[in-house]
Amino acid sequence: MADLLGRSARGDTEAFARFYDATSARAYGLALRVVRDPAQAEEVTQEVFLDVWRQSGRYDANRGSAMGWLLTIVHRKAVDRVRSAESATRRDATYHQENHKVAHDVTAEAAEASLEAHRVRSALQELTAIQREALELAYFGGYTHTEVATMLDLPVGTAKTRIRDGLIRMRDAMGVTTS
Amino acid sequence: MSDIHALVGAYAVDALDDVERAAFERHLAECADCRAEVDGLREAASVISSSVAQEPPSELRDRVLSDIAAVRPLPPLTVPATRRAARLRPALVAAAAAVVIAAAGGLVVAEPWADDTSQVQPSAADRIRAAADAEEFELPLEGGAAATVIRSKALNEAVLVAEDMPAAPDGKVYELWLDHDGVGMVAAGLMEDGDDEIVLTGDPATAIGFGITVEPDGGSDEPTLPAVTTVAFENA
Repeated sequence: MADLLGRSARGDTEAFARFYDATSARAYGLALRVVRDPAQAEEVTQEVFLDVWRQSGRYDANRGSAMGWLLTIVHRKAVDRVRSAESATRRDATYHQENHKVAHDVTAEAAEASLEAHRVRSALQELTAIQREALELAYFGGYTHTEVATMLDLPVGTAKTRIRDGLIRMRDAMGVTTS
Repeated sequence: MSDIHALVGAYAVDALDDVERAAFERHLAECADCRAEVDGLREAASVISSSVAQEPPSELRDRVLSDIAAVRPLPPLTVPATRRAARLRPALVAAAAAVVIAAAGGLVVAEPWADDTSQVQPSAADRIRAAADAEEFELPLEGGAAATVIRSKALNEAVLVAEDMPAAPDGKVYELWLDHDGVGMVAAGLMEDGDDEIVLTGDPATAIGFGITVEPDGGSDEPTLPAVTTVAFENA
């Protein structure tokens, strides 16, 4: 996949189309999970792929996988989108909390779809309940660690630690390699 | 381990507010441990999302491929060795993190992910000015203040030269922005009190305009409007 990005950087639209085909379900799925609205998820995904085409020459394989790079961009843009939408209509944290369990069950169901997802689910089970909740509210919910602390009745300042601990456990359980 | 170091996980999943994010990105510029940890944690976070993969509508593919047909990929960040330390940085890192500090005899440009943030470049502004394709864009300002952006597309560099800018209000800072077509305003640096020459971070060559806003100390990820002043670049 890194190779497809390299060829994209040289203007190879066919290589980029293959990169799109290999990654668009992951990109769109993440955008949709965070922004929730399919039309907005499409917009975010479209913007991201245009960005990725433009920036393809600047992807650095030493710092992580091409998929990780892409999804980092998707996530940032999706979170920016929900936060700016939020300044107009403040999301109701209670609503999210009440629906969180349902959302998680759906997540768990979809997770059985592939082997990697199965590994993810096993890795997620390594986390404590509070780590998993904090991580999911931050990553899928797009909430700040301060908001997460409030939603989970944690002392301010501890949610960031739970998020970090959860990620470290995920990283180690998944055998993610870092440079 | 400093307190700010503890934000690394929240940063990796975009769970910091704007002020914390700017502060943490300044910290990243100086902390190789945190940079490595961010990379690893982002990779772990991206793995989580495999559980929510979903095929997008097929029209999206057509739109994306039609979009890219009209856009040239940016050149890679390969630069002459003397500039390498200050230019190496992945594009996805917010330029807001860049810290430009006035230093004796010139500018120290510290950017996140730079391998060496101590490189002094006394001649950055002069070099841009001296470029064969240097263009100047004057910014409309009230009172006695003056500000000009000098840009070289060939170098993909630009510098803001300011004169008699009034100090930003207490607890605020001037933030510089490059306007990119289809992307919007991208943070291009902060103007600390007393700075009169600031080399912009990011990609001035492809920008279509420039603006200055007043932001909370540490800067923001999105410009607070109205801007103090803006100017459109020609032929961008």
